[in-house]
Amino acid sequence: MKANAMSNFEIVAREDFSDVTYLLEVRHPLMSKAAKPGQFVVVMLNEQGERIPLTIADFDRNKGTITLVIQAVGKTTRQMQLECRVGTSLYAMVGPMGMPSPISHAKKVVCVGGGLGVAPIFPQARGFKEAGAYVIAILGFRTKDLIFWEGKFRACCDELILCTNDGSAGMKGMITDGIKVALAGHSNIEEVVAIGPPVMMKACAEATRAHKIKTMVSVNPIMVDGTGMCGGCRVKVGDQVKFACVDGPDFDGHLVDFDDLMTRLQRYTKDEKVAHERWSESCRMTRQVGPSALDALARVRAPQSELLELPDPFEDAPGG
Amino acid sequence: MAKKKTIRTIPQERTPMREQDPQLRAKNFEEVACGYSLEDALRESERCLMCPDEPCIAGCPVGIDIPGFIQKIGEKNLRGAYDILTDTNLLPSICGRVCPQETQCEGVCTVGESLEAVAIGRLERFVGDNAIKEGWVNIPYIEPNRFRVGIVGSGPAGMACAADMAKAGCEVTVYEAFHQPGGVLRYGIPDFRLPNAVIDAEIDNLKKFGVKFECNTLVGRLFTIEQMIDEMGFHAVFVGVGAGYPTMLNIPGDSLNGVLSANELLTRCNLMRARDFPNFDTPVPIGKRVAVVGAGNTAMDAMRVSIRLGAEKVYCIYRRSRTEAPARAEEVHHAEQEGVEFHWLTNPVSVSDDGKGSVRGMRCVRMELGEPDDSGRRRPVPVAGSEFDFETDLIVYAIGTNANPIMGQTSKLKLNKWGYIGADEHLATSVAGVFAGGDIVTGAATVIEAMGAGRKAAASMKTYLGIRDPELPYLSAEGGGAGTLFGIDTRERNFARVRVA
Ligand SMILES: Cc1cc2nc3c(=O)[nH]c(=O)nc-3n(C[C@H](O)[C@H](O)[C@H](O)COP(=O)(O)OP(=O)(O)OC[C@H]3O[C@@H](n4cnc5c(N)ncnc54)[C@H](O)[C@@H]3O)c2cc1C
Ligand SMILES: Cc1cc2nc3c(=O)[nH]c(=O)nc-3n(C[C@H](O)[C@H](O)[C@H](O)COP(=O)(O)OP(=O)(O)OC[C@H]3O[C@@H](n4cnc5c(N)ncnc54)[C@H](O)[C@@H]3O)c2cc1C
Ligand code: SF4
Ligand code: FES
Repeated sequence: MKANAMSNFEIVAREDFSDVTYLLEVRHPLMSKAAKPGQFVVVMLNEQGERIPLTIADFDRNKGTITLVIQAVGKTTRQMQLECRVGTSLYAMVGPMGMPSPISHAKKVVCVGGGLGVAPIFPQARGFKEAGAYVIAILGFRTKDLIFWEGKFRACCDELILCTNDGSAGMKGMITDGIKVALAGHSNIEEVVAIGPPVMMKACAEATRAHKIKTMVSVNPIMVDGTGMCGGCRVKVGDQVKFACVDGPDFDGHLVDFDDLMTRLQRYTKDEKVAHERWSESCRMTRQVGPSALDALARVRAPQSELLELPDPFEDAPGG
Repeated sequence: MAKKKTIRTIPQERTPMREQDPQLRAKNFEEVACGYSLEDALRESERCLMCPDEPCIAGCPVGIDIPGFIQKIGEKNLRGAYDILTDTNLLPSICGRVCPQETQCEGVCTVGESLEAVAIGRLERFVGDNAIKEGWVNIPYIEPNRFRVGIVGSGPAGMACAADMAKAGCEVTVYEAFHQPGGVLRYGIPDFRLPNAVIDAEIDNLKKFGVKFECNTLVGRLFTIEQMIDEMGFHAVFVGVGAGYPTMLNIPGDSLNGVLSANELLTRCNLMRARDFPNFDTPVPIGKRVAVVGAGNTAMDAMRVSIRLGAEKVYCIYRRSRTEAPARAEEVHHAEQEGVEFHWLTNPVSVSDDGKGSVRGMRCVRMELGEPDDSGRRRPVPVAGSEFDFETDLIVYAIGTNANPIMGQTSKLKLNKWGYIGADEHLATSVAGVFAGGDIVTGAATVIEAMGAGRKAAASMKTYLGIRDPELPYLSAEGGGAGTLFGIDTRERNFARVRVA
């Protein structure tokens, strides 16, 4: 537990929204003061860990904490799901990174969040509300059991459109169907902000293009440093190449080359699989150790047969 | 007194340094150059003529008393040699390894006019390594003052400034965005050239001076430079955030998987330990046929890392010729020994894909040297109709870096037209109390120049804070810098009384 002793990024609260989605509240008083909507952190679980970017889904300046909502999709995010308990610490957390989302003076705004994009859209929805806008939130989940933060959104939005792929809650359909409903009901929408898997953001941008409504998206390329030093996070925006970590992560959705983004996200698929297989193997070994680990593992491992096959984070994206 | 040495009486051959066998070392990340033994060092010290005009000192960016420390080696007084070195150079074992000596001190060494120059860098490294081995550190007698100094960036510029300000009695905190300090020394330069243990030792020395390191801190975004001065109680701030932002070629195919910057490759491999994947989680792309574009130190590092990661073929693609290659001569030589294939006067035109978003090959064009350009080097121009294709699955760009934009985005610091932080000759920026130096002011340069800038900024900072005689370097622009590029006044060198540890 060397890492825990040396660092002070303590986890003060945790909530599990579903088998794959969990919330961590991490103590960092300075960052809770500095954080603005749209910014992200880079965390390392332990010394051997990878640096992974996560959006600051909320911040509490009084408590001095920031909130991360994480979807377990691969080695690091699953290991965090297993190991990040209240009272433990992250090895590293740095931020807030990226340019804050420009909260414009638009009077009527649609905030779209799908899958892992639901949490990150929250600070923007709240930001727009605080700036006096009429805010319509559209949230997409695969099914009813995965829904979280509905109340939180209701509290800061004027309208909420909930979509599930299977129709188990809210309207049945893709997120783009939700956008159609919003567009049909309001002729004066000035801006759409969409966060989610690239396929979803692409679909949203396509849905608004014909209406010429300004559409901002938050891209999620693979990152290393998050400080503009490696260029791994570069994305094509119009005819320019931008580094998402310092020039973004928010860009004009009508200009982002999503196909390029999606291809680039697959750079390390093979290695990610190796890392995950190895880790799963070592988890299997420690299975006898204690009931709590076993317990958590059982949850991580559902659906059973999927263990060796990495779930495609885009696949279960509503709107995809 | 020994007889006066002459060029005829000194050992004629430069003392060779033991190196790991190229075949063997191409498969490991251990240090390539093994360093001098005491016998080697004594013999090499014999070769110094102790020239009265000391051209080597003028050739050194920080003006190390080179014959002075070499003489001490000759007297077997390694501690004395170390003391002389550390009067001016905080990081002898690092600089001994990575400085481009052939264009600095060794380039003007008198012996070099007729024989091979004295191996000043190797001797410097020998003394520095010995100090680490023996646990020597010159902890000066520090009289605390009431000043607090903030340093942004823990590269050589930040480290040097931190050391000087701590020695002057200030309370110094260094903020670093990464989870480990050291800057390029840590994330860029690979272990086989500069082992982590050496960096750790130098950082530990700084901690012994009372310097505090705060990693995981992205200044500008977590708090701004202005906040450091206005709210956090820092009396002065030094900004040494490096150049960072890598340049891409902007040719078709640039964004294919398998095209990456040398910074990304090296950071994954060095800082994130991807070479130990999957024991460490971070992956690194491993190419069979790797093409590295560029011929600077960064390019050489990328090539040699690729070889060690298991590439079958590594090509160096450079648009000028070997004489213009900016890398240290030793690095080019080592890369060649390890099997890198050099393609001088060759420029990439486009990258072709395999239909699945990855790199399949590269199209290049042959170049020839035309008229000299601004840098005085002959400008390469394409030879019409000379395009050719070759197969490669990984392309690494090592063609330079631009200014990191974060400081400009988040502070009122004035930038110059290229986006670097604007600073006057004393390294003061447009914001009172804020100084800047290193790559973020000059553009990508060298470790020793960054270190020199850190020390120069420290001198100006002391004047600004009124810590010492205010007439010293800040006011005497012409006089102060006598003979040294960075104007560290010789009177400045040894101001702190040294208590032997
Ligand atoms: C600005 C930004 C904000 C993000 N915010 C959130 C968030 O709030 N919640 C959340 O759950 N996820 C977020 N992500 C995505 C998250 O970083 C990845 O899911 C995570 O890195 C996956 O790591 P892994 O080891 O668990 O999975 P892996 O097995 O490594 O990869 C699984 C998938 O994640 C993608 N991925 C892998 N490494 C990275 C990386 N370093 N950066 C981005 N994507 C990667 C890969 O394309 C792969 O398809 C964000 C990404 C970015 C760039
Ligand atoms: C691969 C490679 C090989 C090289 N080889 C040699 C060589 O052999 N010999 C030689 O002389 N030179 C070499 N150089 C050049 C030399 O390393 C640099 O000139 C030198 O390190 C510059 O020092 P610096 O202190 O200005 O910046 P850096 O060493 O770049 O350090 C800057 C530090 O600041 C941190 N930082 C950036 N932004 C922030 C922020 N907002 N808040 C907090 N911290 C921040 C960075 O993470 C970094 O750690 C090489 C460079 C590279 C990339
Ligand atoms: S120039 Fe060469 S020989 Fe002369 S003092 Fe310097 S190192 Fe010695
Ligand atoms: S993550 Fe490295 S440049 Fe953006």
